[in-house]
Amino acid sequence: MADTAEILSGLAEIVEEVAGIDTADVSADKSFVDDLDIDSLSMVEIAVQAEDKFGVKIPDDQLAELKTVGDAVAYIEKNQ
Amino acid sequence: MTDVVVTGYGATTPLGGDAASTWDALLAGKSGIGRVTADWVERFDLPTKIAGTLAVEPSDVLPRVQARRMDRAEQVAVIAAREAWAHAGLAVEGDAEPKVDPTRLAVIVGAGIGGVTTLLDQDDLLESGGLRKVSPLTVPMLMPNGPAALISLEINAQGGVHAPASACATGAEAMAWAWRLLKAGEVDVVVAGGAEACIAPITVAGFVQARTLSQRNDAPQEASRPFDTGRDGFVIGEGAGIVVLERREFAEARGATIHGTLAGIGLTSDAHHITAPDPNGGGQGRAMLAAVRTAGLQTSDVGHVNCHATSTVVGDVGEAAAIRKALGDHPVLTAPKGSMGHLVGGAGAVEGIVTLLSVRDGIIPATLNLQDKDPKVELDVVAGEPRKMELTAAVNNSFGFGGHNASLVFTK
Repeated sequence: MADTAEILSGLAEIVEEVAGIDTADVSADKSFVDDLDIDSLSMVEIAVQAEDKFGVKIPDDQLAELKTVGDAVAYIEKNQ
Repeated sequence: MTDVVVTGYGATTPLGGDAASTWDALLAGKSGIGRVTADWVERFDLPTKIAGTLAVEPSDVLPRVQARRMDRAEQVAVIAAREAWAHAGLAVEGDAEPKVDPTRLAVIVGAGIGGVTTLLDQDDLLESGGLRKVSPLTVPMLMPNGPAALISLEINAQGGVHAPASACATGAEAMAWAWRLLKAGEVDVVVAGGAEACIAPITVAGFVQARTLSQRNDAPQEASRPFDTGRDGFVIGEGAGIVVLERREFAEARGATIHGTLAGIGLTSDAHHITAPDPNGGGQGRAMLAAVRTAGLQTSDVGHVNCHATSTVVGDVGEAAAIRKALGDHPVLTAPKGSMGHLVGGAGAVEGIVTLLSVRDGIIPATLNLQDKDPKVELDVVAGEPRKMELTAAVNNSFGFGGHNASLVFTK
């Protein structure tokens, strides 16, 4: 089981791979859309990679609720 | 009616990563053809093992994240468009005012085949990993209007985005439609051209089965030999050519450098056979004559024809006969596909740029590998060394599967 810090750094690596955003900029308070300028297509890719990396399921209705990086980290931590 | 002028051009081809290096390599008589190193050539035991792959890999030019969101055909289109846009002096820094009203700026860029490698890759992922492995970018990467749409995003073109598809005539047809749009005064600037990157097992196999590809695998650089008696088919290539076309008044008002004039165009169709050209060359001749007529010129003004000539047995002879019949026996010919192979949807655009530069600089590149001219080609074809020649006007021909004929006339 990954802890909060490990999930955050793992998620940041995925965001860097998919959207080219420096891992240092992927912090808990950042909004995927408003701050990181990630479009809906990239969010789908990020979700699929996160599912594989952390062994979670992120259904579409849940994905829509994950507004910030912190939301995603909390969801993964709870459901892994 | 306004003139249509060329103010910028860009290309990435088997000969070079930009227009200048492509032109220099062409004049130097270099070949962009080589062995295909991918494993599928041996895996499927394909009788054709050669192609004209890009001289510069798109992934060496584009930022990684941009590259992974685009099909290879889109990558080459964007690379060539950026070069052309900067070359035309239309690129601006940051939030500076654009030099053309976005609503008066259009894009017309097509592909002959389009995102076939994306389709194959994503189908493999679907088969091996199921739905969730398929990229959400699959459709925008494989759609034939993808290259044009991505260019419109780059340059903020809001005056219409169009993607003609006429197989090997696509790049030239795009320029022809741009000419029509500009002549009609609908827009001030059009970014036009063609792109292709379809060197893949299924396309090579398909062209092999249509008996159109050279099998001269032991000497790849000698395989593409338009008009030569030893020709045995074309060599598939990849790449893109993009031009910036403007209404002359608009270009002059902004002080742009004008490299030449797209003076006239002709678009016709054969309605004869799905792949074979009309043996009488009627459609090809009508395209050339329409281009000369719309340019307001006489056939005697055409000193040079940059040929479609792909190095197939039937096509080359047919084109030469059509030129002789339509324009006369005075034009001097060349066929760039000897050097770079056949760029399919990108061919007409890159060769249009080559024709433009021949008129501008007064020099015609030689047809590589033309050593023993087919006696049925009763015209003067430049071979061996480039030929210096002052040109009033030159025709560029592009023909495509489906019976598409596109001719362009360039003047100074």
